[in-house]
Amino acid sequence: MKQRGLTRIHRAVAAGATIVAFAFTGCSTSGTSSSVNAGDGLNEQATLSYTIWDAAQKPAMQKIVDEFTKIHPNITINIDVVGTKDYWTKMQTAVSAGSGPDVFWMNGPNFALYASNGTLAPLDSSLVDTSNYPKALVDLYSLDGKLYGAPKDFDTIGVFYNKRLFQEAGVPLPTAGWTWDDFKADVAKLTNKSAGVYGIASAPYGQMTFYNTIYQAGGEVINAAHDQIGYGSPQAAEGVGIWADFIKNGQSPTIQQMTDTWPGDSFGSGKVAMFWDGSWGAAGYAKSAEGKNIDVAPLPMGPHGNQSVIHGLANVANAQSKHLAAAKAFAAFASGKEAADIMAATGTVIPAFNGTQEAWVKAIPGMNLQIFLDEATSAIPYPISKNTSAWNAIESDIIPQILSGKVSVEAGLADLAAKAQAELDKEK
Amino acid sequence: MKLTAPQTAAPIVDPGRERATAPARRGRGPHTSAWWALLFVGPTFAGLAVFYLYPTVRTIWISLNDMGPFGRPTFVGLDNYAKLFADDVFVTALRNTFVYSLIVLLGIPIATVIAALLNTPGLRGRGVYRTLFFLPVVTLPAVVALVWRLIYNGDYGILNQALGYLGIRGTSWVTNPHTALVAISVVGIWMGLGTNIVILLAGLQSIPDSAFEAAKIDGAGPVRTFISITVPLLSPSIFIVSVIGIIGSLQVFDIIYLMLGNDQNPVKPEVRSVVYTFYQFGFGRNQYGYAAAIGLALMVIVLALTAVQFWLQKKWVHYE
Repeated sequence: MKQRGLTRIHRAVAAGATIVAFAFTGCSTSGTSSSVNAGDGLNEQATLSYTIWDAAQKPAMQKIVDEFTKIHPNITINIDVVGTKDYWTKMQTAVSAGSGPDVFWMNGPNFALYASNGTLAPLDSSLVDTSNYPKALVDLYSLDGKLYGAPKDFDTIGVFYNKRLFQEAGVPLPTAGWTWDDFKADVAKLTNKSAGVYGIASAPYGQMTFYNTIYQAGGEVINAAHDQIGYGSPQAAEGVGIWADFIKNGQSPTIQQMTDTWPGDSFGSGKVAMFWDGSWGAAGYAKSAEGKNIDVAPLPMGPHGNQSVIHGLANVANAQSKHLAAAKAFAAFASGKEAADIMAATGTVIPAFNGTQEAWVKAIPGMNLQIFLDEATSAIPYPISKNTSAWNAIESDIIPQILSGKVSVEAGLADLAAKAQAELDKEK
Repeated sequence: MKLTAPQTAAPIVDPGRERATAPARRGRGPHTSAWWALLFVGPTFAGLAVFYLYPTVRTIWISLNDMGPFGRPTFVGLDNYAKLFADDVFVTALRNTFVYSLIVLLGIPIATVIAALLNTPGLRGRGVYRTLFFLPVVTLPAVVALVWRLIYNGDYGILNQALGYLGIRGTSWVTNPHTALVAISVVGIWMGLGTNIVILLAGLQSIPDSAFEAAKIDGAGPVRTFISITVPLLSPSIFIVSVIGIIGSLQVFDIIYLMLGNDQNPVKPEVRSVVYTFYQFGFGRNQYGYAAAIGLALMVIVLALTAVQFWLQKKWVHYE
């Protein structure tokens, strides 16, 4: 109660101050642009909370906060790190109780859930110029034509490969423009049972594998209006089938083996010759046992292109923030050019701001990381809906059954399409 | 038992207590004593009300609603409960949970034997053994799961290495639908062993030596003594261990969640428990109403099974 009374007084004082400021500018100047500052709420005292989930990125985030508070000395920003395991559970509770952070990190699967419930503040073009970011990311964080998240960073998918295993098998290294047929032929040639080497690993994670191939085959996981699941199409069957076949042919570790041992580890130790993985994996593979032999190629051309799925985080402002103007300004700033330059220098993630990614590309000289940036232009936004996790849960139930051969690709996907659609229909 | 009778037969009178309580009762009447009782029970009751009663009532309310991630419930009556038994995810989860509980119950005879052996008079290094058996109880489940996943690993696991020396070709234990639930239950037994042994050891130490001496004089060997003396006299402790054990294993979550390794484990349908399903629907799919119904269904099942156990105890538990 006391708290509330205080804030009401604060607000009244702030409002009064604003009126006085307006009156002042009205008298002394004849409508220059400097008067904008008085009314935008950035000059009042404010303490913002900024919640993130990656402790490794905290130093970079702190630098960004310091830059922002240098420009706006009245604003203080505290960074909270909440581990990924509890992040969304805590965020949901806090936001529904009205005690959520002012600014926080958002991801694709949770975005529409928060935006459609009115918990995020829209960021208009005066704050975020969308032409500075890859279009797919802007689409990912837009709902009904409004942008709610300022794209912070992004990741796309590439084919990591082991040069040593290619040379030993006498297979030419993959080059840009290679096709699905080239890729499949290489997988077959690289698989060496007696040496315990698999050509590929059909990881059961959509973003890394079958989401990409479904779009490359001309299908879709979910339509652009986010109300129709695309798993029932023959193109989707083609996109998932390619991965199921690798396992069936003994060219990939089984789904059981991959659950026991992370396939990325098998790749890093030279037991798997090619592995589709995100740009986030590059630094780890460079440090792995086979590090000096590992390079990366663009995704192979399918019947409808070689699109990669793109995903990235965004900074969002809580619609209930007591200092909304400051929260929005910081969300935009933390994804802006200065912030992107700070992130690029640390080399952990690819900043989303166009033209700031060079430092990231140069961070690992032995790998052709440029492909991840090139793919961003043609990339497909990560498939989401309002309650993404509802049908994602069904996906992670059924896809492993398909990949383990327990059900056929067609029957499994028909089941998945029906059950996922039923979950999607509940969103209306 | 005859031997022990005289020891407990003598009535103990504590005159001091009589003196202390009697005047107080006469002076202020029964109302004050009720007030005092309330005062002492109050803090515990407040905690109980805030952390158990309120959440229970609230969960019942949520289970009657369709509720999404940001609240906004719509009342649907008993719809969530009607869906429960038609949902094969819930039904298989229930079956998995019962199978898990039955297997983990095997831990009780194992714990009883180990406790009896640890209670052998003159056993050397008793403290070391007790510590070793109790170690899994104080180890983080996440660490336990990590270690056992390495042991069970199909390609590189130490279990398959050992079996290899015996000429047996092992499987990928936690990702093979035929072995996963049993493999995880074994870890469940191992984790619970320490607690069970401690409770049973305490029970064993309250059995008078005279009972064992009498058995020895009558010519009973160690096995006969165990079956005819130890187990019947220990039955109150065994009862407690089995009630706690069943409640715990019906609510199993952490070890299954952690042993599965990731959400893409193909044996999930064969292994997931009721609480795992509750977690999936609640925190995974944001369907809180249905998740609450699952939680309450489990509570009713636990209550019923515990009631049955208390009813059955008349048939086998010996209280002196």
